[in-house]
Amino acid sequence: MATKEIAGKTIELDADGNLAKLTDWNEAVAKELSKEEGIEQLTDRHWAVINYMRKEFTEKGDAPSIRKLTKESGVDTKELYQLFPKGPAKKAARIAGLPKPKGCI
Amino acid sequence: MTTEKIEPIKKVSIVVSRGSLEGVYPGLIMANGARMEGIEATLFFTFFGLHAVIEEKMDKLKVATVGNPAMCVPTAMGPGLPTWMGAIPGMSWFATSMMKKEMEKLDIPPVREFIEMIHDAGCEIYACKATVDMFHLTKKDFCPQVDAVISVGEFYEKSAGAQIIFT
Repeated sequence: MATKEIAGKTIELDADGNLAKLTDWNEAVAKELSKEEGIEQLTDRHWAVINYMRKEFTEKGDAPSIRKLTKESGVDTKELYQLFPKGPAKKAARIAGLPKPKGCI
Repeated sequence: MTTEKIEPIKKVSIVVSRGSLEGVYPGLIMANGARMEGIEATLFFTFFGLHAVIEEKMDKLKVATVGNPAMCVPTAMGPGLPTWMGAIPGMSWFATSMMKKEMEKLDIPPVREFIEMIHDAGCEIYACKATVDMFHLTKKDFCPQVDAVISVGEFYEKSAGAQIIFT
């Protein structure tokens, strides 16, 4: 398994380049991952999405669908695509320290 | 052997030509999935596919139970529905409500909400001019997410650099 130095820690990554372990995640890691995804600054709106995704994942074992995310996080579809351009579900999941979402929607 | 690097898909142009529920959804799921992956997407509705974006029709699409030998009851792995039974009144309504229930479980939205979601995600939505003329429709008959009524020539122009997918 690949490892990578992120925010001063050596962290294990899965085949998609997402964190292998949920427990390796912290805010500093999220900030560094977001830069890799081309997002310079994580705003409160980004955090609303990230925190909601982590909560859903801890409870249900998979990242939420975009539909569920936009209905329950308070961030609508248009804003979601502005916050995480070029692949919101995948990017937000990676920054949130979660594996790539499995669903199609 | 080619040494050329295989490029990821950057843009798709999806044509929806059928107006049954099962004819419309694959195109919508592919368009939404493309945007989720950061792939540019355009949807082009033609012939009966237009029903998915006509205000009066889009909430009433049905599963086609006639002429569908793959139709099984009560689930996909159940025995095949004899084709003549597909024509019994209420059969299409029944199959439609079953399918909608299963889709809701998977968090697949109804057509209207799906079209809104896909459009908000940045997918452009077009209606085919030839069909619009043939069906005597106008732009007013469509849901607000339809960006324009365009000719096939314009469709190809807008599809420059895209993979075209016909459904």
